[in-house]
Amino acid sequence: MDFVFTEEQQMIRDTAESFLAEVSTSEAVRKAMVLSAGFDEALWQKICADMYWQAIHIPEEFGGMGLGYVELTAMMEQMGRYLLCAPFYSTVCLGVNTLLLAANEEQKAEYLAAICEGRLTATLAYCGVRGGRNAEDISATYSQQGDDFVLEGECGFVVDGLTAGLLLVAAREKGSSGESGISLFAVPADTAGVSRSNLPVLDQTRKMASVRLESVKLAQSNLLGAAGQAWPVLDNVLDLATIALAAEQVGGSQQLLDSAVEYSKERVQFNRPIASFQAIKHKAADMMLRVEAARSAVYYAACVADETLQGGELAGELKEAASIAKAYCSDAYFKNAGEAMQIHGGVGFTWEYDVHLYFKRAKASEHMLGNAAYHRERVAHVILD
Amino acid sequence: MKLSFSPEDEKFREEIASWLKANLSGEFEQLKFRGGPGDEHMFPEERKQWEQKLAEGKWTCVGWPKEHGGRGLPIEQQVIFFEEYARAGAPGRVGHIGEGLAGPTIIAFGSDKQKQKYLPGIVAGTELWCQGYSEPGAGSDLANVKTKARFDESKGKWIINGQKVWTSLAHESDYCFVIARTDPDSKAHKGLGFFLIKMDQPGVTVRPIEQITGTSEFNEVFFDDAECDADDIVGEPGDGWKVAMGLLGYERGVSTLGQQMAFKNELDQVVALAKENGAANDPVMRQRIADLYLRLKIMRFNSMRMLSDSAGDGSLQKEALIYKLYWATWHRDLGELAVDVQGETGQVLEAEPYELTRLQSLYLFVRSDTIYGGTNEIQRNIIAERGLGMPKEPKW
Repeated sequence: MDFVFTEEQQMIRDTAESFLAEVSTSEAVRKAMVLSAGFDEALWQKICADMYWQAIHIPEEFGGMGLGYVELTAMMEQMGRYLLCAPFYSTVCLGVNTLLLAANEEQKAEYLAAICEGRLTATLAYCGVRGGRNAEDISATYSQQGDDFVLEGECGFVVDGLTAGLLLVAAREKGSSGESGISLFAVPADTAGVSRSNLPVLDQTRKMASVRLESVKLAQSNLLGAAGQAWPVLDNVLDLATIALAAEQVGGSQQLLDSAVEYSKERVQFNRPIASFQAIKHKAADMMLRVEAARSAVYYAACVADETLQGGELAGELKEAASIAKAYCSDAYFKNAGEAMQIHGGVGFTWEYDVHLYFKRAKASEHMLGNAAYHRERVAHVILD
Repeated sequence: MKLSFSPEDEKFREEIASWLKANLSGEFEQLKFRGGPGDEHMFPEERKQWEQKLAEGKWTCVGWPKEHGGRGLPIEQQVIFFEEYARAGAPGRVGHIGEGLAGPTIIAFGSDKQKQKYLPGIVAGTELWCQGYSEPGAGSDLANVKTKARFDESKGKWIINGQKVWTSLAHESDYCFVIARTDPDSKAHKGLGFFLIKMDQPGVTVRPIEQITGTSEFNEVFFDDAECDADDIVGEPGDGWKVAMGLLGYERGVSTLGQQMAFKNELDQVVALAKENGAANDPVMRQRIADLYLRLKIMRFNSMRMLSDSAGDGSLQKEALIYKLYWATWHRDLGELAVDVQGETGQVLEAEPYELTRLQSLYLFVRSDTIYGGTNEIQRNIIAERGLGMPKEPKW
């Protein structure tokens, strides 16, 4: 048992940290978040060309780095910490995972190579405009016309949906319900009948879009996996993405702790730094407890995700590990955000300080891919029913 | 990062599991799942016999170096031992203070003579120990010890006077390790000594403390001119605090995973009860049960990190700093759930006049978890000061 980063993993983490500290400053985040794309294309191209992060867990045969999920989550943690505005989560955690689990060799060769080369970003559009994490929440439909498929409907909460070059769309066969009849399609964003609009949301650091599908005609080569049987695969993709998102939540929680502690050491009231008051220390201690426990949950989940992708024996724990991580990390991030704001006092309520960016991101992340209560219920279902 | 145990470790797991299966039977069958927190007053004699049974199989002090009678097991196998021990429902160890605290301290700081005199009895499971730290005026402020140790030249012995409190197993113990003030003019953590004191002597009186459970696991211990051989001070007079704090590293260690297995057994009982009485269909209860379940899992992941991460130099990592606060709070929440899950029927006693059910006992006893061994508030101070570098309270 060796439940710590290897030297190489530690190096990847450290490199991510120092790179992001330089490029994803508060100023850079604030510039990017008001762009309609939500990110600086030049920075994304720099990440793709210099860091090659988009290729992190793509197998070497498709041009990727062939690293594992532990490395991916280590990077996500840092991205969460520095609020990186880039289509990384959408392209890698949603897009690449979908392609790795659902696509055939030919499709992988085409799309993964393009992603590796920085020519293509991707995202996953699965739920309807009301959001949700369940099979029932998939509302876009498809029907078969000869050899072709025709997609109709609207997908909501599509991360980076406005800019992604490739939309991986989950749709259900007309008339189907529940977990049956679901298929996954690779839909280039410029396909006729696809229209996209920005969905304005509270968290400005991650862009959402609605995607309308009107008589979108697709060929067999656009279908990922067997028609009508995509739910178990999609379910796994969502769990893998959930684990990556939880890692990002850990990074955010850590940053909130660090900034709150730093501020409390500088802020003097009653002739002493407020960090010397137990009322503040105890809040900070609880924040640290949550960060460390959240990190432990994510490390475990990352090992499980790794084995899921590589066919190890822990693969059977994917659902539980993802739910444990997401339930705990969602609460940890939001609570830490609230406490950080409180410790910052008045300045924590200003637009100028960064706390609100995390406070908003925490709530947004909490509700993505199922909130804490959702994931606790998923755990309850396994142990109680 | 890797989570699997080696084939060699798994073989070891089979060895201990089958030993426990074969030996936790017959007269010891009744001890299964007994003697844990809140139940420590039960079956003391039988559990002492069990210590010796363990010793026969060489299953005491498994992490101690071989030269001191242990097995010298690597961390992974110690973890496996404690996990399997708890999984089998083997009883709460009456020897744990000797094995986990007194012994390691003597190994680290004791003289050769002390090692020869005390370690074999701990390994054999024949001599039990208790811990004499807290006093009426020294709880969270542990360094405020008032118990005095004066060296009597004519007798050639240390004479101990004072009172200790919250001493678990004192009435069953052969020895007590005590911090006492060797310099009467000293304050706080200076001028203390660390003494190994024989309990069976006229100067030592043990009085049980009646707890909120109505039972007694803890005691008060009074020293009235109690005697301690000149050879039985660990380190020099004045070193007491250093020696006592040296133990703290041992308190959070491999046994944490065994503790968690015991927690799992308790949670399983609550889950079974919820399924049986329909609480498992209540959405609020479902959330609470799942929350406890996943926080216990995380406790395990955190311990695995802690054990993998420890450089073996006693330096405490962040995930280790949070451990006490984390588990004590978890256990307290479990205690509440255990009673809440039963609804109104959870209030009904096992028997008159005041015999508690196991779960009522758990519900009450866990309130001590967030107090002893450093209250949650002290833990938060430690985390803030050592983990986050926040300043201490100004003195006044």
